[in-house]
Amino acid sequence: ALGASLPLLQRDYRFERVWFWGCIQGLRGAYYIAEGLGPNLAAPRSRLYSLNCLDWSLLTPATKEILALAEQLNGRFQGDPSFEYNLAEINAEAAARLTEGGKEPVITEEARLIATIEQIDRAVGVIPRGAFVKTPLGSVHENRHFEGLSLLEAKKLSSYFHFTEPVNLKNKTLLEKADLDPSIDFLDSLEHDIPRGSWSIQLEKGGTVVVLRSLLWLGLTFYHVPMTKQFGYVYFGTGEKNLDLPFML
Amino acid sequence: EHGPYQPHEPGCGLDQPAYSPYEDQIPDPQARMLAIKNAKAYLLKTSTVSGLNLYDHFANILTKILDEQPTNTVDIIEDISKDVKCAQFRKKMDTLRDEHLILPIFEAAEKCKALFVKEGGEEEHEELDEEMPSLPNVMETAFYFEQAGIGLNKDESYYILLSLKNLMNVQPIQTCRFWGKILGLEMNYIIAEVQLLEGEGEGGEEETGEEEETVAEEEMGEGEEEGEEKEKEAEPPKSTYKPPPEIPKEENGTGTNKNTYFVCNEPGKPWVKLPPVTPAQIVCARKIKKFFTGRLDAPIVSFPPFPGNEANYLRAQIARISAGTHVSPAGFYQFANEDDEEEEGDAYEENPEFEPPPVAEMVESLATWAHHVKGILKQGRCVWINPYQKSEEHEEEEDEEEEDKEEGEEHQEERRLPLLTLISEDEGMKNIPAWTAQASTNLIPQYSVAILQSNRWPGAYAFASGRKFDNIYFGWGHKYSPENHTPALPLPVQAEYPSGPGITETVDPTVEEEMAFKIAQEEALAAEEEEGEEEDLEDD
Repeated sequence: ALGASLPLLQRDYRFERVWFWGCIQGLRGAYYIAEGLGPNLAAPRSRLYSLNCLDWSLLTPATKEILALAEQLNGRFQGDPSFEYNLAEINAEAAARLTEGGKEPVITEEARLIATIEQIDRAVGVIPRGAFVKTPLGSVHENRHFEGLSLLEAKKLSSYFHFTEPVNLKNKTLLEKADLDPSIDFLDSLEHDIPRGSWSIQLEKGGTVVVLRSLLWLGLTFYHVPMTKQFGYVYFGTGEKNLDLPFML
Repeated sequence: EHGPYQPHEPGCGLDQPAYSPYEDQIPDPQARMLAIKNAKAYLLKTSTVSGLNLYDHFANILTKILDEQPTNTVDIIEDISKDVKCAQFRKKMDTLRDEHLILPIFEAAEKCKALFVKEGGEEEHEELDEEMPSLPNVMETAFYFEQAGIGLNKDESYYILLSLKNLMNVQPIQTCRFWGKILGLEMNYIIAEVQLLEGEGEGGEEETGEEEETVAEEEMGEGEEEGEEKEKEAEPPKSTYKPPPEIPKEENGTGTNKNTYFVCNEPGKPWVKLPPVTPAQIVCARKIKKFFTGRLDAPIVSFPPFPGNEANYLRAQIARISAGTHVSPAGFYQFANEDDEEEEGDAYEENPEFEPPPVAEMVESLATWAHHVKGILKQGRCVWINPYQKSEEHEEEEDEEEEDKEEGEEHQEERRLPLLTLISEDEGMKNIPAWTAQASTNLIPQYSVAILQSNRWPGAYAFASGRKFDNIYFGWGHKYSPENHTPALPLPVQAEYPSGPGITETVDPTVEEEMAFKIAQEEALAAEEEEGEEEDLEDD
């Protein structure tokens, strides 16, 4: 069903690329998420969700308030997008603010879904170094010249980048910056993620595939076949952050 | 607006190099050729750093571009230039690099190839007897799980099947099953659940347990003796800590140790047998939450300290997961004896009269599924045992009082639900039910498969379709907890001295009290001397 509905999405929304982002498992059903992009890869992405891989609904982009509120929600997703979480139990202040504003103090599951996907993408969306290129005008394009990482590079965490706005880039020393190539190295690498060791790198099938698994968001898997252009990441999980990570390492 | 400049107008020729407005006075081909030669010589000048020259470089770039004709060339021209430069240097390093790269891929391929090689060519025809233990049909279960969207790559499933076959050839195995895969940081574990032929267990671990007990009690005895001798001096603080008695582990073949487990990191690598699990390990495993690294001998650093290394922790988690999530359609298994339902009987057998309920019913109600593995008590075993029965011989007088207190607390017998309980009685956490059931597809109901996902142990799945069913686990090996994991707090600091009148502070006596005391003492002494004199007189 995915194979049939994703190209249709691409046609309807005029995306340049559409891919299957992953699946968040709720208690009574699962949400299948797809992402679509226009020509500029750094622009905010449009996300769609579906309960049966056939009918897709567009999700509104995440706002800061929703992100802040959703971080306080714990527990599994229910599987029903109109399910409402009662804010009053969780955070009385936010509930009070909402009621003053004239809205009900609830968060729908859909909003929580939006916030979670945004968080996951921001925290653990990964691309290999060199796959995307930044033009002098500021827009990001796919690098047609990218031929894949070599085996040596593929084993190192520093050859993978977060695919979001860089946070640490300016904090590097001048020496490090001299080695960087500004058209390729415009994103944060995974090397300095806190806590250390929150990524698990494995080579499978004798080195033909590199698999990176995130331990912070359990269920995010990134794969790359070295020396080829194939890479991608997908999330299959419950949509909850693993806050016990420091205890588990 | 303005048409092309005519040669006689002043603006003409400004856009052409080497054609200044005054050039028409010197259309000297010699000078132009000279200029061209100079330019070419400049382009041909070899760089001191890399030994290249710009002219050749441009020629190479243009050749490459015209050969390959990539799209959007102007956007990637710098990369092409870099690549051409790099290509100059690769000649020396080529052979070295090739050899280096080939190694890891070829090693793995060799191992996988070894799986395909049949062992013992001549004896194969005899192995078709019925005595040969049944190889689990991994591919079939993989197919069913694939309907649900769970499972491994087909290649990997096939490799696992072959390595299970190898395992069966090596070890004396009665039944064997692919239990699942646990992910780790550096490497993953593939786990096979196996029942060995009878008489193959190991009993070496119980002895060490008893040794530890006696050693601890000897230390206690010594401490007391020292205390008595040194009463007048400062006493060394006596340890009032009495380690809780060791709970003996269950025998191989019963309870938590009913099955033996073999693990390997990848199909093709040799299988390693996991040691049987002790109750202490299970109790501790409940309190900690650690990732597996993939190496069986890795130490587990945690609090409370885990008794064992990663192999033991893995075994304990496997035991917990099996006890919590191995289910079968209700009625598939029945008790061997009717009496066993009341007691904690272990034996169950297949029910020949079992009629599988339709898939829709299996999805709707959880009462059609039942556990077929015993739950683990708080003690860490499946069958409760009173640990204090043995230790009566070692009691000493002073310890009796303390012991009685402890016995009172733990004496309650722990009971779990009997063996074949329906899973509808599994409690959920907060408002999350313990299991989620769904059918594999709604579009084709006659061939769909009922799938159960466990919410308590994320990653545990079970499927049922007619008479076929199986359980499997793919995950990190941890239980789901809606609250965050809080590690156990360290024990309260032990008091050095029990508080008593000997060490409690009191106000020093004042001078008057001291004088009064002294006078009283002297009077008492005087009284005694008088009595003594009288006695002496009498003796004389």
